[in-house]
Amino acid sequence: MKKNESYEEFIKGVWRDNPVFAQVLGMCPMLAVTNSAINAVAMGMATFFVLVGSSFLVSSFRNWIPKQVRISCFIIIIATFVTIADYTLLALVPKVHKELGAFIPLIVANCLILGRQEAFASRYPTRLAVMDAIGMAVGFLVALLSLGAVREILGDGALFGVKLFSENFEPWVIMILPPGGFLTLGVILLFFNWFKFKKDEFLEEVAEAERSGR
Amino acid sequence: MENLLWIFVSAVLVNNFVLTYFLGLCPFLGVSNSLETSARLGLATTFVMLVTAICAWVLNTYVLIHAPYLRLICFIVVIASTVQFIEMLIKKLSPALFRAMGIFLPLITTNCAILGLAIFATNRGYGFWEGIIYALGAGIGFTLALVLLAGLREEAELSSIPKLIQGTAMNLIIAGILSMAFMGFAGLFSST
Repeated sequence: MKKNESYEEFIKGVWRDNPVFAQVLGMCPMLAVTNSAINAVAMGMATFFVLVGSSFLVSSFRNWIPKQVRISCFIIIIATFVTIADYTLLALVPKVHKELGAFIPLIVANCLILGRQEAFASRYPTRLAVMDAIGMAVGFLVALLSLGAVREILGDGALFGVKLFSENFEPWVIMILPPGGFLTLGVILLFFNWFKFKKDEFLEEVAEAERSGR
Repeated sequence: MENLLWIFVSAVLVNNFVLTYFLGLCPFLGVSNSLETSARLGLATTFVMLVTAICAWVLNTYVLIHAPYLRLICFIVVIASTVQFIEMLIKKLSPALFRAMGIFLPLITTNCAILGLAIFATNRGYGFWEGIIYALGAGIGFTLALVLLAGLREEAELSSIPKLIQGTAMNLIIAGILSMAFMGFAGLFSST
């Protein structure tokens, strides 16, 4: 039973309440760094670290943080983890750090992270909070990667820097430029809408059939 | 003087915060459903950006030289508290202005465009006046993008759009087309 509960929190973040596709949170880093798959992965890992770390701390200290100043406390905890991530990336992969530039410090302002602290980590025990954070972070990483992969394949004809097509492929340069981010995410959300639309229709049909069966 | 003008025009049009840097997308997509609200939000954001630029400059000059690793924490805490303080001040001194900016002021503090502005200005080593002009340009650029999207969305309300595409998907595609239009300004300064 206990294991199921954790699993439930995990899968919720990855699919049903996916932070990007279902809740439309954390859009700024989402669109800004996804012009190649490798940047998307670096961003996803940094966000993963910050989200899991701060969820763990916030839920461990949830009984000591006074209600009135909780938002400021959350922000300071998050900012600390972001600073760690920033300097770690600078030391390990300076090239990626340079490309992501100001967007690593901007993880602080990612509404997804603060949202999870406020809505989940500050109310639930540590184990569940960490599972929830891992689920959300993986969901975010999946979303970043799917957007980054589409943009890199179409805009550069490559994935993770490996050329996929022959010389004849004309790259759609627009896809790695800012408008491409908006358009790709728009189209992906369109798919999700369509999926939900079909599901609702199907559920309605089932309900209809049950009613007439009685 | 020419340099300041360049910074201003670049922040408003060429490197528009919303459409080129993707900063401040949450209010951009969330609040842009009516022209009036978005104009007010834009006004309030421009104001907070000006305050931020001043705070960032003071912090950079006097505090962060000694401890660069505290940059992020300092920026967030100082900017948030200054904005709160000024909000109280405005409420006392000019209730009319307070009503115009309204509840947006505290919310804006966590907007990534604000923090982004402080970080970009620091990374580029802007001085006091350059920082102020940059903040003004960024604020006006943000307002411009917000008002344009709000106008388009108000028009879209009146036309019959398939149910499938309504909502965020449509807004993103509109924003993509807007962003493409703004790319046209990139050639504005090719000679310099």
